[in-house]
Amino acid sequence: MTDLESRLTRLDLPDLRPPVLPDADVAYTLHDTPIGTMLLAITHGRVVASSFDDEETMTTRLARAVSPRVLRQPRPLDDVRRQLDEYLFGDRRAFDVEVDLVLATPFQRLVLNDLPTHTSYGATTTYGAVASDIDKPKAARAVGTALGANPVCVVLPCHRVVGASGALTGYAGGLDAKRFLLNLEAKS
Amino acid sequence: MVREKVGLPPFQALIDAHWRDVARLARAMAGQDGDDVAQRAWEKAYAAYPALTSAKNLRSWLLTITARCATDVHRARKPQRPLDEAPPVAVDGPEAAAWPDPDLWRAVNELPERQRFAITLKYVGDLDHHGVAAALDTTPAASRRLVSDALATLRTNLGVHDD
Repeated sequence: MTDLESRLTRLDLPDLRPPVLPDADVAYTLHDTPIGTMLLAITHGRVVASSFDDEETMTTRLARAVSPRVLRQPRPLDDVRRQLDEYLFGDRRAFDVEVDLVLATPFQRLVLNDLPTHTSYGATTTYGAVASDIDKPKAARAVGTALGANPVCVVLPCHRVVGASGALTGYAGGLDAKRFLLNLEAKS
Repeated sequence: MVREKVGLPPFQALIDAHWRDVARLARAMAGQDGDDVAQRAWEKAYAAYPALTSAKNLRSWLLTITARCATDVHRARKPQRPLDEAPPVAVDGPEAAAWPDPDLWRAVNELPERQRFAITLKYVGDLDHHGVAAALDTTPAASRRLVSDALATLRTNLGVHDD
């Protein structure tokens, strides 16, 4: 490349502005919480993600499962963020949001759909009990796997499900997060 | 709801990766109208995105849309301007001090429109001749000629001899 060509490539302009786009098919935001950064996403007014997974992973999944028009837009998530903050500060016991389990498999939906009714605030249940609740009494291990892949963490309270011995088994946000949530509910 | 079939990345990833390139190209092609051109290009890209059948060359696709928006805006706002006459660009206005290498860009602005667009797409947009050709609705050979002629004119007008 000649010097003249190099000069043409060096156009560094000030005050460039990113675009402003209409409401996304899938709007998401990264939200800092006491249990870590969570990616929250909404489509058509329904929460599709409340996740500890990284931004690239989750937005790619949303692009493939819902629509590629996925944008970082906090405003549509204002109410979800407010409810999540209230819950994490002990000021809310249940979420008043609609959930869309488009990121879940059919079996995961079976496990997750009625989780708020199979569990109660401040109490724990077991994988085996959830398996019985969905008429799959031998599927405790599969229930554990399904809960571990919960795309709508905290809102759908998979943290309330523990091992038969009462042990805190895995959690997408890590065991410290699970312990925090259970302690929070126990104290409130 | 559109179902994604070809593995398109989330649109936000395109914005994060390319918004500065689109904004620079729009300013270089449309001067003071550049910000409007960039905004319009993103709106068009966003509307068209779900229907794309390939996830390849998305940057080139965005810059092509930007170039077409720059051409549309220029012609819509200057209908009486001969097509070979370049529009005024910010280097001649109050923002002159903000443009690096103002002598160079003033000389670029004096080029015929298609040469100016071709050279801007190639060097500011970093597109190859196929990309330049797509953006200008011409052939790679013609785009090569446009760039070559533009460089020759610039060398003459700037007194540069760097071959």
